[in-house]
Amino acid sequence: MSTNESSESRARGKAPAGERVADWADGRLGIYSLAKSNMRKIFPDHWSFMLGEVCLYSFIIIILTGVYLTLFFHPSMNEVEYHGSYVPLQGQLMSEAFNSTMHISFDVRGGLLIRQIHHWAALIFLAGMFVHMMRVFFTGAFRKPREVNWLFGFLLFVLGMFTGFTGYSLPDDLLSGTGVRFMEGAILSVPVVGTYLSFFLFGGEFPGGDFVARFYSIHVLLLPGIMLGLLVAHLILVFYHKHTQFAGPGKTNNNVVGMPLLPVYMAKAGGFFFLVFGVIAAIAAIASINPIWSMGPYRPDQVSTGAQPDWYMGFSEGLIRVMPGWEINFWGHTLVLGVFIPLVIFPLVLVAIAVYPFIESWVTGDKREHHILDRPRNAPTRTAFGVAWITWYMVLLIGGGNDLWATHFHLSINAITWFVRVAFFVAPVLAFVATKRICLGLQRRDKDKVLHGRESGIIKRLPHGEFIEVHEPLSQEQLHTLTAHEQYAPAAIGATVDENGVERKVKGAEKLRAKLSEAYYGEESQIPKPTVEEYKEITSGHGHH
Amino acid sequence: MSSQDIPEENLPAEQDAHGAVGVADDKNPFADPGLPPHEHRVQDIDERAARRSERTVAMLFTVSMLATVGFIASYVGIPHDKSIFVFPIGHINALNFALGLTLGLALFAIGAGAVHWARTLMSDEEVADERHPIEAPPEVRAKVHADFKQGAKESALGRRKLIRNTMFGALALFPLSGVMLLRDLGPLPGTKLRHTMWRKGLQLVNMNTNEPLRPSDVAVGSLTFAKPEGLEEHDEEFQTEIAKAALMIVRIQPDNIKDKRELEWSYEGIVAYSKICTHVGCPISLYEQQTHHVLCPCHQSTFDLSDGARVIFGPAGHALPQLRIGVNDQGYLEALGDFDEPVGPAFWERG
Amino acid sequence: MKKLSARRRHPLAALVVLLLALACTGGLYAVFAPADKAKADETAQSLAIDEGKKLYAVGCASCHGTGGQGSSDGPSLVGVGAAAVDFQVGTGRMPAQQPGAQIPRKKVIYTQAEIDQLAAYISSLGAGPSVPTEAQYGPDGADIAKGGELFRDNCTQCHNFTGKGGALTHGKFAPSLEGVSPKHIYEAMQTGPQNMPSFPDTTLSEQNKKDIIAYLNAVNGDDTVSPGGLELGGLGPVSEGLFAWIFGLGALIAVAVWVAARTAKAKKS
Repeated sequence: MSTNESSESRARGKAPAGERVADWADGRLGIYSLAKSNMRKIFPDHWSFMLGEVCLYSFIIIILTGVYLTLFFHPSMNEVEYHGSYVPLQGQLMSEAFNSTMHISFDVRGGLLIRQIHHWAALIFLAGMFVHMMRVFFTGAFRKPREVNWLFGFLLFVLGMFTGFTGYSLPDDLLSGTGVRFMEGAILSVPVVGTYLSFFLFGGEFPGGDFVARFYSIHVLLLPGIMLGLLVAHLILVFYHKHTQFAGPGKTNNNVVGMPLLPVYMAKAGGFFFLVFGVIAAIAAIASINPIWSMGPYRPDQVSTGAQPDWYMGFSEGLIRVMPGWEINFWGHTLVLGVFIPLVIFPLVLVAIAVYPFIESWVTGDKREHHILDRPRNAPTRTAFGVAWITWYMVLLIGGGNDLWATHFHLSINAITWFVRVAFFVAPVLAFVATKRICLGLQRRDKDKVLHGRESGIIKRLPHGEFIEVHEPLSQEQLHTLTAHEQYAPAAIGATVDENGVERKVKGAEKLRAKLSEAYYGEESQIPKPTVEEYKEITSGHGHH
Repeated sequence: MSSQDIPEENLPAEQDAHGAVGVADDKNPFADPGLPPHEHRVQDIDERAARRSERTVAMLFTVSMLATVGFIASYVGIPHDKSIFVFPIGHINALNFALGLTLGLALFAIGAGAVHWARTLMSDEEVADERHPIEAPPEVRAKVHADFKQGAKESALGRRKLIRNTMFGALALFPLSGVMLLRDLGPLPGTKLRHTMWRKGLQLVNMNTNEPLRPSDVAVGSLTFAKPEGLEEHDEEFQTEIAKAALMIVRIQPDNIKDKRELEWSYEGIVAYSKICTHVGCPISLYEQQTHHVLCPCHQSTFDLSDGARVIFGPAGHALPQLRIGVNDQGYLEALGDFDEPVGPAFWERG
Repeated sequence: MKKLSARRRHPLAALVVLLLALACTGGLYAVFAPADKAKADETAQSLAIDEGKKLYAVGCASCHGTGGQGSSDGPSLVGVGAAAVDFQVGTGRMPAQQPGAQIPRKKVIYTQAEIDQLAAYISSLGAGPSVPTEAQYGPDGADIAKGGELFRDNCTQCHNFTGKGGALTHGKFAPSLEGVSPKHIYEAMQTGPQNMPSFPDTTLSEQNKKDIIAYLNAVNGDDTVSPGGLELGGLGPVSEGLFAWIFGLGALIAVAVWVAARTAKAKKS
């Protein structure tokens, strides 16, 4: 409200203080040119567009609480005896890292709350990024011009995983130490250099006395620093590209419809930060997370059942659990395939989803900008691929928690492991086929709706006794929305003989693309959207039901 | 990768340009009718409703202030070790609960107030903003390319190859210094992973009682963990040594031991195996005394302790190493040497 | 190999195992058992044995044999001692209802008096660990922190860090220790029921057991404080992740829907 007033009174000298400060800043920073294009920037309203904000805000919360934690945390593995207020650990030997975490949890007022906010926010940050990424994926928002931003987001997700893992390892408790031991074993499995890498990372043999301090600088400085840079770049690109929107009346590829940044979005987005922070603080008040006092300090000869990483590393845990124990010995060396193969598949699982946009753009050959989002059903192959990937991921998560599945559903852990081994290959295929069929079914339904109208639920009896359901014709808005999507035709291999009759060699890549394109956009893979002719024929002639 | 060869007609039609068709015409019933007209909210036309919204927002902000006061009061007033019983949650720390809820409420109320304000009192008229292509117009593109070529030419980088090549060489080499500096991150492995603290004559000390074990202490069906004599929890190297030396001791009826070497290396059916899983090094000790199987809680590798600890399930690649044990003059169990193979996870040099 | 394996399952093998266990635990029992207990009233004792025998014949003999010698359906009970009986029957595991990977805890169908009689009868078949006394498992003189260390050394690998239980192979599991009486925990450590290994006093001393029980009571008792709030099953990151997704992200999405939703219009079209 106040900004409106300020823009009205332009006269210098009399200008209110705020305006004079702004003028001062503009003379040095040029903020008015920046504000000109951004102050009233339009943001479309849709709940799924706020998932990215969930991530942004939880990241900010993590940084704020993380800085607080560093004030008390001692990243050292020196051995101390515990004399804090938690009785069941008194007199126990532990590292300073564990001791200071205990101190934060029990003897710093509000320390436990901040620790729990930090950890809950981290889990929600990663979950938010996952869902945000899926939103972008299923709506095709990754298409040109946003491919680079897709990669930035993907990198943020991957770096977030590792920042989370290093953070989880810092308290040096029995659970996280087991996780670090697993990591050491995984590094050892790398052919040729594995042993050296492990010795360099841990400053000698596991566990040594260095890894907490090293993980600490990685966790609080290196990774968050890179993430902050990527995050800023990500946001700048979001501003620069302007937000995507769903098809609808008045929404085209050349505009963006919504509310201006000032004031509506400022209030909504700013308010949402507080909402996110409030919800996470409340969760930290009522639900315990990572109770290291229950787990006890790390000792390499102790372990607890149910040793799992935080959820975002769960799929790698699944990979490692279900892998058969292959090991090849030759010429005095050991190739630890049972560990190394999962270690290689682990990034590949992530890369599979990251490279998809580039594969799709190669198949379509579409070089135009896309700002109108797809409904998932209208891109059946992409949607099916995405669901197959999620299924794959979920199967691995089941594998990662196989012991808890066993105890809570009274199953045999061996049977679950075998199930995951099979499902790893089979489930994504089934999910792909099923999703594609569902998408096509939904496309048919949309087509029916456009051509015959909406089922009203009113049953009418005709004079000759037949019962029919009355269909209401759709409004023009709905007709437009349901037919606004694009449909590609499969790319055919161009003429193999040129105008001079010389045969052109068809390259393998071209053949592959034609095949993929057929799979994407062939008759089997999309329902032709209703044409104007079809619509007219049905609506004009015989009435409609 | 080029897509130039995709015929134009295969690409879908361009979306309608901005400036939508506006009205449905007979030609195209699916045309874009344009932005729907703005409709007013109750608050836009009814000042009383607007006042109500205003009061709600103000109330939310006030709640936030009160919650912050509550936060400070809790911080000052509640002892940090006081526990309370909250019905569905159970016995919890009172301070954590109070601080978290008041902080959460203070923040949430600010957010809820701001959003309610935006939703009910700020204009909700949808505005369309134009997009401009991200890529530069052709003349800009041409200008940039020309500028770059000019700059490149002036640098003479392409012409003076010697400069170019030596510069690349210098730039490629200097990071090596950084790599070198990483060398002292840790010692070279040497044969450290091949050896443990165990050697001939070291007694097996019970982890629980810190006393050396006698054969008669170990009953069939029992499970005992042991460390080498002389290794104490206070020792500087305790963590690193126990990570390799931890032992799991069980007693199996000699008749039930299927593996000949295992029987030879046991003492009257008492067998000592490494507690460190050969998969990735979790302490493995989920011993099922009826089946003699031992399971790793981390990745479910299962070993048969009555058959040389061979792998019968899961991702481990080889059997658990066995420690050869005997009894010394005083009647205590002792090691007859180190493990004859590296304990713990396999590695490249293991062989 | 096959021969050995077959012999391992021979009914007599179990007897040999038990005799050996008897040699160890029984001998120790003789040493540690309080002297006055040995001089228990002879007549009352024999009366209890008679009663126990009757109960045994009805409820147990079909599997464990008429004289406790065992059969293909159940192991021999000679020398298992009163502690094993008190644990198995006192936690409802015995009498077993159906075969399965593991015999679970159930509703107890015998009264404590009947259990004592059964125990008296079984221990008359051959000496074994006796039912522990309050002094053995009670909290007096226990070191909770030491118990924690021992618990992490010996127990957490199967029973989880606060005794919530965990999975074993082929559908077997380490049960949750929640709500299990200290006496039964003591007996379980002593006798090693089903697939659990035993932790005889020779390797896990009486004081050790007492410490463990005290620790367990401190971290998994009725009044245990979970400072951070909901324990979420005490299962670690899996339940935390589930909670973060369902309640954390779920709540935030619900909020996002509210933030992004259109405000109600004055009149509906």
